[in-house]
Amino acid sequence: MSNPEQLRYSKEHEWLSAAEDGVSTVGITAHAADALGDVVFVQLPEAGESVTAGEPCGELESTKSVSDLYAPVSGEITEINQDVVDDPALVNSAPFEGGWLFKVRISDEPEGLLSAEEYTAFASGS
Amino acid sequence: MTDGEDIRVTESREPDMSDTSETAAAGGSPRTTALDATHRALGATMTDFAGWDMPLRYGSERDEHVAVRTRAGLFDLSHMGEITVEGPQAGELLDYALVGNLSALKTGRARYTMICDGQGGILDDLIVYRTGEQRYMVVANAANAQVVLDALHERGTGFDATVRDDRDAYALIAVQGPEAAGILKALTDADLDGLKYYAGLPGTVAGREALIARTGYTGEDGFELFVSPADAVAVWEALTEAGTPVGLVPCGLSCRDTLRLEAGMPLYGHELSTRTTPFDAGLGRIVKFEKTTNDGSFVGREPLEAAAARAEEAPPRKLVGLIAEGRRVPRAGYAVVSAADGSVIGEVTSGAPSPTLGKPIAIAYVDAAHAEPGTEGVAVDIRGKHEPYEVVALPFYKRQR
Repeated sequence: MSNPEQLRYSKEHEWLSAAEDGVSTVGITAHAADALGDVVFVQLPEAGESVTAGEPCGELESTKSVSDLYAPVSGEITEINQDVVDDPALVNSAPFEGGWLFKVRISDEPEGLLSAEEYTAFASGS
Repeated sequence: MTDGEDIRVTESREPDMSDTSETAAAGGSPRTTALDATHRALGATMTDFAGWDMPLRYGSERDEHVAVRTRAGLFDLSHMGEITVEGPQAGELLDYALVGNLSALKTGRARYTMICDGQGGILDDLIVYRTGEQRYMVVANAANAQVVLDALHERGTGFDATVRDDRDAYALIAVQGPEAAGILKALTDADLDGLKYYAGLPGTVAGREALIARTGYTGEDGFELFVSPADAVAVWEALTEAGTPVGLVPCGLSCRDTLRLEAGMPLYGHELSTRTTPFDAGLGRIVKFEKTTNDGSFVGREPLEAAAARAEEAPPRKLVGLIAEGRRVPRAGYAVVSAADGSVIGEVTSGAPSPTLGKPIAIAYVDAAHAEPGTEGVAVDIRGKHEPYEVVALPFYKRQR
């Protein structure tokens, strides 16, 4: 699956939408979902919680492993995707759409977020 | 690529199927099976398993699991280690080297057995097929095949029988699931209706010679086909062609693990190790003290008698099933704790989300006082949080016959 042009990406394999009123949507990439295998449980930060760029803010469990979810930016969580909590398979079936994880009001973003082209090159080299 | 190794979001804190206990100590690149190109053409995610580059999954491991439970799955198990023991005293040799009574096995039948060290610790669990009056095939786990081979050579001294490394002589293809017999029937001259569970006979599959065995590691009816590596692709393709119309899919090691876990079958390196005896693992019935060959002598006999007595009188820990009430998944090595005071009462040996039960499940060694099915107040420490678990008897899943 190709990485949508309009998104930006972290080296921890999260994607970040363009901010609307300072709020961006975050998910994990198709590449990451594919590497994980079937996701069976997601633990997300709660609305109102503050997250820090590069720090773990949740967990994803798949058949074989448990993995940390990293915040790609710093800010306050405004909303989580209850659909993905109820049906974690959405992370695999629609990672860039219905499988989004949370929305965050950005207070600070790190340097070095990648474009789609840069991320594609990064992911294929990993 | 395996989960957790080259991808930061998937920074696994867990050993996966490529963990060191199952990875061959030898360095260098992993070995490939005769079906390697086939797996790559199918887009498999590959993993290093016991020094072999094996398919972990082709698509969704959950879908592969469900296919085996409801239709059929096709597995490449060519990493398994075949050892042939042949000669007038082949049965006596195995009776001495293993815990089972193999001289009593009828030609064409198979047994699940174990090889123990001198202290009764488990070196490997095995399936032994009697393929002739004076010939047996021992199938060892890939990671232990060399250990088993060395032990059989050493223990075979003085017996009129030879021990031969046949790892390169066979590819192993399994077809498992309720549709397996129907699929295979169309391709073989063998009498499958006459082939019982844990039996094996020579025949042809798609015109190629095979040892056709009604064995498996999934909890379903199914077959394991030992064929020449040169014939592996032809047999795989014939099974694919015959099986696809009834829902057969290629299956990787990931679903093999969840299938065996639901079926309550132990995995070496998890439930079984040199630190456990067959009695500790609840499998004491496979130790045949009553065998009479070699005057009843076999490697590990005395410590195993002591282990049997201990298991009878005061078992320290028992192997049980655990079913989650929540959704977080227990993993090998997690502590089983008392919900009342948080004290450690056991350890998870295998855990996974169960596709059949729709809940996380685990196999664990638990202190005898907490091991009765239905015991209240048992929890698993999942990364610092005590999640409640129900204690059940194994297996979690038993097929309807």
